[in-house]
Amino acid sequence: MAMMEYMTTKKDELVGWIRKFSLFPYPFVTACCGMEFMSVSSTLYDTDRFGAALPRFTPRQSDLLMVVGTVSHKTAPILKTVYEQMCEPKWVMAFGACATSGGFYRNYAVVQGIDRIIPVDIYVPGCPPRPEMVIDAIVMLQDKIARDRHPIFPFEEQVPVKT
Amino acid sequence: MLRDALTTALNGLFERTGESFGMPVLELRPENIVPVVNRLRAEFGFELFLDVTAVDYPQRSPRFDVVYHLYSRKHNGRIRLKVSVPEDRPVVPTLTPLYGSARYMEREVHDMYGIGFEGNTDLRPILLYEGFAGHPLRKDYVMDMEQPIVPYRE
Amino acid sequence: MQTHYPAPVSSYLERTADPDSVVVNIGPSHPATHGTIQIIAELSGETVKKADVHCGYLHRGFEKEAEHHTYHKVIPYTDRLNYCSALNNNFVFADAVERLLGIAITPRCTVLRTLLCEYSRIADHVTCVAASVMEMGAMTAFLYLMTVRDYIYEHLNHLTGARLTHSYVRIGGLARDLPDGWLARLEEILQFCERYVARIHGLMDRNRIFIDRTRNVAAMTTAHALNWGFTGPILRSTGLGVDLRKDSPYLAYDQLEFEVPVGIKGDNYDRYYVRMCEIDESISMIRQCVRMLPGGPVSVDDPRVSLPEKELVYTQIEALIQHFKLVMEGIRVPPGEIYVAHEAPNGELGFYLISDGTARPYKLHIRSPSFVHMGGMHTLLEGYQVADVVPTFGSMNMIGGECDR
Repeated sequence: MAMMEYMTTKKDELVGWIRKFSLFPYPFVTACCGMEFMSVSSTLYDTDRFGAALPRFTPRQSDLLMVVGTVSHKTAPILKTVYEQMCEPKWVMAFGACATSGGFYRNYAVVQGIDRIIPVDIYVPGCPPRPEMVIDAIVMLQDKIARDRHPIFPFEEQVPVKT
Repeated sequence: MLRDALTTALNGLFERTGESFGMPVLELRPENIVPVVNRLRAEFGFELFLDVTAVDYPQRSPRFDVVYHLYSRKHNGRIRLKVSVPEDRPVVPTLTPLYGSARYMEREVHDMYGIGFEGNTDLRPILLYEGFAGHPLRKDYVMDMEQPIVPYRE
Repeated sequence: MQTHYPAPVSSYLERTADPDSVVVNIGPSHPATHGTIQIIAELSGETVKKADVHCGYLHRGFEKEAEHHTYHKVIPYTDRLNYCSALNNNFVFADAVERLLGIAITPRCTVLRTLLCEYSRIADHVTCVAASVMEMGAMTAFLYLMTVRDYIYEHLNHLTGARLTHSYVRIGGLARDLPDGWLARLEEILQFCERYVARIHGLMDRNRIFIDRTRNVAAMTTAHALNWGFTGPILRSTGLGVDLRKDSPYLAYDQLEFEVPVGIKGDNYDRYYVRMCEIDESISMIRQCVRMLPGGPVSVDDPRVSLPEKELVYTQIEALIQHFKLVMEGIRVPPGEIYVAHEAPNGELGFYLISDGTARPYKLHIRSPSFVHMGGMHTLLEGYQVADVVPTFGSMNMIGGECDR
């Protein structure tokens, strides 16, 4: 029995290692933070070193939803639809102050933080955040994925679907 | 100089004239907008329609002021036209047959202030969304009154 | 759990489209539409018959926020309008307020603002060209230009404290003067930029694929451009040399020598080439500004707008009261209204400011070039192929923050 648990833990570590180093981001770019996203993907600060370089511009093939920039109430249904089109396992990064908490826009048009609509795994503050902060966030997210449970066999207890 | 030429040529079509930091300002009645803009475009070369917006003065009797800006390459100058419309009937004629760029700007003014443009058939919301009640840039709209479409999760 | 939400704004194409054509949604979350524009196109085969352009997905309520904040607190909001060239927006706003106050800025501030306007213009054109050619597949050009832009961002970070959203202007001057070594590094970056822009010319100008994709695509005449309100590089690409820096000079532009590049046909290739030529002109203008930079203070010493020196604030009661009133209450601008327009990298950026005598603007409206260009963009999409939507859209340089405010 202990052997079974040991094998499950080792399997989780292996699957976690595989998943964390092959993140396919979906950059949901709306505003100024998009400029920093372009900078962090380019040669000076490279996300390719961490495995998170290739953006898949379709939610069906990606597993990291990076919400980059302000989400207004008009964009909120679009964001929710994109999130629900992604398959499990999926992670969400709130990139920038506007995605984290609405930024300094406290008015009728801006959603005060995307965690009011979709569950968020990691928040990156900054207006816009420096590229080093984004890389730090990706590394922290990779640590979180490594620690997580990854039930891939049907006989295991499954992780509840996030809404 | 441009202001004098305008006031003599358009005499009778405007209520008041003024000047704002080098830009002539004409105050008109709503029914005179289209003839005046036609003549400005034909005779004075105001072929670039810059902007239309509105201002809300809730304590004043004609509540809204619709403000137009135009630019003339020939005279290298701008002009401002102001029209006052009351709250119970906030309608002005449209400029879309004259300038294509008026479409989107009139849609925005309608969205933000609720001012109608007769003759413009496409007054769908442009910056806001369908289902948004109220007109945010009016002074009586509370700034952080949000109207979410997607229900919030707990 | 509701999984389908109706579109925020319905399209007339749902009613009027031909039943034999396909209505395609090039949705707001798209890499090539810079994330905030929705184009609903009616296609017959590969040709776009009608296009309905929806904007407003990044509406952040700038004008309503501006009515509730003092003049200095509005400055960070103006940064986020055209976020690729944040300093340009800052300076237009400051110009509007300073003209209402009747303040004349110092000569050093004038030349510095001109220099930084052109520096931001380089960053904006570099971003536009990089994004538009990347969407056509040229990743090398994108990475070269992103390196140039990153060096410019780090340099401006050294000056203002932020890479992208600088908030460097203050009413009556600038936040601080140039640090040591800034001008030497500026010259290095300009040389680097020239080398890399030359590489982009080599990669793109006579590239058969690029010419095939952009020549004679979305061409327009000058009359069409004026009717639909296009200004800036788009209007200049049709052959008309209208430039606010030459026609009604502001800041120090009347002392600079520069040319205004114009195009021939007004198609995508001309818009790309006009922007590349404007980068060269901006580099030469920056070098002229560096040569003629005078000394002196960088902010005007007017008690209505400028904060007093810290030693005086701690020792004299008048300075303390002035500091307190300026920070807590804000700058009181005399009643009046003004429309100020500068030549932003996208076109004519106008600020219409109405003040009622208090410390908050009564109304602040932005005449944004991107919004007007979106109004006329459907005329450039109709009749061309659906694959031409991407280069045409890229050449318009739609910046979401400016379009939707």
